[in-house]
Amino acid sequence: MPKIANHTSSLAIKSYIAVFSARFRTLLQYRAAAFAGFGTQFFWGLIRVMIFEAFYRSTTAPQPMTADEVITYIWLGQAFLVLIPYQGADPDIRAMVRSGNVVYELVRPTNLYFFWYSRAIAQRTAPGVFRALPMFIMAGLFFNMQMPPNIPTACAWLVSMLFAVLISAAITNLLNISLLWTISGEGLGLLLSSLTWLFSGIIIPLLFFPDWAQATLNILPFRYILDIPFRFYLGHIPPEEIWYHLPFQITYLIALITAGHLILTLGIRRLVAQGG
Amino acid sequence: MTNALRLYMHYLGQSIRSQMQYRASFIMLSFGQLLITGIEFLAIASLFARFKHIQGWTLPEVAFLYGLINISFAFADAASRGFDMFGTMVKSGDFDRLLLRPRSTALQLAGYELTLRRIGRLIQGLIVFSWASYTLDIAWSVPKIYLVFIAIFGGACLFIGLMIIQATIAFWTTESLELMNTMTYGGVETAQYPLPIYRIWFRKFFTYIIPLACVNYLPSLAILERGDPMGLPVILQWVAPLICIIFLIVALQIWKIGVRHYRSTGS
Repeated sequence: MPKIANHTSSLAIKSYIAVFSARFRTLLQYRAAAFAGFGTQFFWGLIRVMIFEAFYRSTTAPQPMTADEVITYIWLGQAFLVLIPYQGADPDIRAMVRSGNVVYELVRPTNLYFFWYSRAIAQRTAPGVFRALPMFIMAGLFFNMQMPPNIPTACAWLVSMLFAVLISAAITNLLNISLLWTISGEGLGLLLSSLTWLFSGIIIPLLFFPDWAQATLNILPFRYILDIPFRFYLGHIPPEEIWYHLPFQITYLIALITAGHLILTLGIRRLVAQGG
Repeated sequence: MTNALRLYMHYLGQSIRSQMQYRASFIMLSFGQLLITGIEFLAIASLFARFKHIQGWTLPEVAFLYGLINISFAFADAASRGFDMFGTMVKSGDFDRLLLRPRSTALQLAGYELTLRRIGRLIQGLIVFSWASYTLDIAWSVPKIYLVFIAIFGGACLFIGLMIIQATIAFWTTESLELMNTMTYGGVETAQYPLPIYRIWFRKFFTYIIPLACVNYLPSLAILERGDPMGLPVILQWVAPLICIIFLIVALQIWKIGVRHYRSTGS
């Protein structure tokens, strides 16, 4: 018996990997969109960098980050913008819910949550491939973007980045699941993606928010998508503190996946498929 | 002309009625929009709390620029949703239907939908603008009020013109160009701060090629009674927004060329 269970679970994992890689390769096809996206993000990065440069020219008062750190932080944000689910849920799942074809998803002999989750991971990574790399090259060569100062820093960054992808995909999957509640789900989904947008560090580095807001920002999971990984990259957080932040990232990830699972079960229970 | 205007009003009335069918969704979406732009402004305010000023401009002065450009953009954005959707219309062939009707295509697209939930941005722009005017204690006079109105009107013309140009490109690419968002959304972001903080080539781009400075920075100098480090003639501050009406007319001409070029995708 245990042998069979083992066999089926490894099969399931294989199927999730297959879903991920199929979706990943499909999304890689949109090269023109990726190129346009890079252009747009580059432009935004430029505006933000110039604004911060002007702010730093205007003061001598000590700031929570140095000008160079902020500039690299901004470029990182533009390079990894795709980690923020600001465009909402998976368009294919949206179409399936609209058309009713979503019932076919229920027939599959896999766990629907992880089936969609695998797609979500692809959605949060593939479009970034053709954006992040040129951003590092352009901003690194011409606009003062720094590399991580040393190897341990880079390693801490990579580890926290990996979990950032997983957390962001779990939030994306919540957006997917909220589609099952059509109208009201749309509002809640928008709220969730807005919160991610506001409190992940993309509009300003989180340390620049007022001191009274810091405690709240610290308990939200959103800072683990961009802010914390970026500060590891800069060496602003020492690499050994990964052992402090990693447990939080894992906890948030488990909590988001569990919540998604529960909500999906509820959503399926109330799903009515119209025949015809 | 009056007939066209009446039809346009009718289009807008229909659009509002259809959106009001989902009242809860409408309220939630516009509240969400208000919340986002509100917190984004809070982010700007917290930068000023730490840096005090940006090259001599204080928070209320920047808030004045911010409010003005967001009001303009909210009007433009609500009125040009049809042009925003245009890429998909070309792809699906739905644009053919518009060509069959005995009215100009630009009118039909402009009346496509008045996106009400953009009202969140408008309200927020008005709040920030009022707060800024109140805090700065502006000595309002008739010419200054006139300037505010033409600045908003000119700004709306500029953004509608940009969105029309963006849509026109779709005649050739059958794909709406995301890159053009840098001119619209990027323009709003840029104009929220005084132009002299940017690098020279960037300033020149948003003054001479895209006349963004004309609807925001220049009229604000006149209203706030500030000197211009860029050294443009003072008279320009009072008439600059009108340049954007010309910009819109040019954009409409380019649109006409595009329509003539149009070949249905056949789908």
